[in-house]
Amino acid sequence: MAGIVVTTKDKVATRVAYGETLVALGREHADVVVLDADLACSTMTEKFAKEFPARFFNMGIAEQNLIDVGVGFALAGKVPFVSSFAMFAVGKAWEQVRNSAGHMLANIKICGTHAGISLGEDAATHQVLEDLATTRVIPGMTVLIPSDGPETEAIIRAAYAYNGPVYVRLGRPALPVIPREKPIDFQIGKGEWLREGTDATIIACGLMVNQARLAALELAEEGLSVGVLNMSSIKPIDREAIVKAARESGAIVTAEEHNVIGGLGSAVAEVLSEELPTPIVRVGTQDTYGESGTLDDLLTKYGLMPSDVKQAVRQVLTKKK
Amino acid sequence: MTTALTHSPEELTAIATRIRRNIITSVRDAKSGHPGSSLSATDLLTALYFGHMRHDPQNPRWEGRDRFVMSKGHASPGLYGTLAEAGYLEVSELSTFRAINSRLQGHPDMHKLPGVETSTGSLGHGLSYALGMALALRLDASESRVYALLGDGECQEGQVWEAAMAASHHKAGNLTAIIDRNGLQIDGPTEDVMSLEPFADKWRAFGWRVVAIDGHDFPQILSALAESREQPVLGQPTLILAKTVKGKGVSFMENQVKWHGTAPNAEQAEAALKELV
Repeated sequence: MAGIVVTTKDKVATRVAYGETLVALGREHADVVVLDADLACSTMTEKFAKEFPARFFNMGIAEQNLIDVGVGFALAGKVPFVSSFAMFAVGKAWEQVRNSAGHMLANIKICGTHAGISLGEDAATHQVLEDLATTRVIPGMTVLIPSDGPETEAIIRAAYAYNGPVYVRLGRPALPVIPREKPIDFQIGKGEWLREGTDATIIACGLMVNQARLAALELAEEGLSVGVLNMSSIKPIDREAIVKAARESGAIVTAEEHNVIGGLGSAVAEVLSEELPTPIVRVGTQDTYGESGTLDDLLTKYGLMPSDVKQAVRQVLTKKK
Repeated sequence: MTTALTHSPEELTAIATRIRRNIITSVRDAKSGHPGSSLSATDLLTALYFGHMRHDPQNPRWEGRDRFVMSKGHASPGLYGTLAEAGYLEVSELSTFRAINSRLQGHPDMHKLPGVETSTGSLGHGLSYALGMALALRLDASESRVYALLGDGECQEGQVWEAAMAASHHKAGNLTAIIDRNGLQIDGPTEDVMSLEPFADKWRAFGWRVVAIDGHDFPQILSALAESREQPVLGQPTLILAKTVKGKGVSFMENQVKWHGTAPNAEQAEAALKELV
């Protein structure tokens, strides 16, 4: 297999890494086709479209048809990567995701970009904060969310290699590349330990992984040992890693750029309440819609900065016996 | 591989009668289902499976097959009754329709019954699946064609028109849609509930080649299907607008909206079967 295509940049948007990885996959596999709904220049599928025009299909601004045509390609043996903004790909077309991609277990890869409030100025109608919840409840769906550019490539490659419906949540802004001691070894159903801790563990996904990492570093300076578990596989979730985090640190904070209802925080709470009841505090948007603003202003107003994660750790420590 | 051309219109009529009997008995046994919508589509299904499409009941996943998408999935008794006559399942299995653990789900499930190309039921999806398949087959330079059977009421779904627009834009000449224009939907005549006319003009305006036929006349159905196959691969998609009668073949069900989704009791089924000989 080709190596990591996204390596040298300090900051890269997950959607950009997605676009670059699609081109690499297109060169490696003749069965890859790409569909978009008039957002190819934003979802970054235009790179694939330029190199493989015969394997790129623009469906126009019609997301229900987009998903189902993608399913038709999958049923005829292709591996379709289907993109629009996440709000529309899995929001407007939820019934198609459920009844077509999910129920038929179609080998379709739905890659929704511009998810979360980090979309910024376009505001609430476009800032989907419910997609992890609405996709993970669909039987048979796999739900993945990369933390940065290099992990995006690993996830897109894993989605290609896996036979079945996958939703990948991607974002708009350039994100820092997470410093890692070990090379990325993404597997569906596995979390990634960025650091282990004995006082508390932050389980994070997406752009909140870096916020969690920064919070843990600052807390370390204050003498607290806080682990960071990147849960890029929302479904299937890594139950074993969650239980290990609870057992070894005894306190859990979850952090996601998503409503605290139904997403990563809920998924972690489901595991813990069944396996090992443990104090938990969930960082995320608090059952609200977003609004216009710059990335920093939005992350600050909606409580998604490293300082918010630090405060959640302190809060969960007060619940720890 | 089944080829069509061996069946005369008289033979097709006999097959269609057996399929109609299958519809009545399976819906009777299930005590629920959609007889009216199945009976209106029966001659179209018969022409496709016994007079036109390339398919192999012994090898349902044969790569060279034509694809058939039953977009109006509630007419599953018609589809199952046809697949049984074609040899995809035993006719005796039809009595399990809608029962627990049956392969014959209320709306078709591709993972349960070989020969069912796509799962359908929720209306408005099938033309999109068919378009995706058609474009994929074209990439592979396949000679297979794709057929989708839609209800007329179903065309009130916006997604149908998204797919219609996309099919002509992408020049899916290997795609044929057939509309079972029986004129009735659950709440009444289509033109009272949500008018579709001028129906053919709408499809023409979306870039389709439209052929209007009597959906119970085998020579007309077969000739429309044959014509659509002759369209060049890079041409227009074809729409066959088939005027049909809901409940066709059972006098007391014909053009009666209440038989859209009502099962006959034993006595009514007996009366229906007497007519279907």
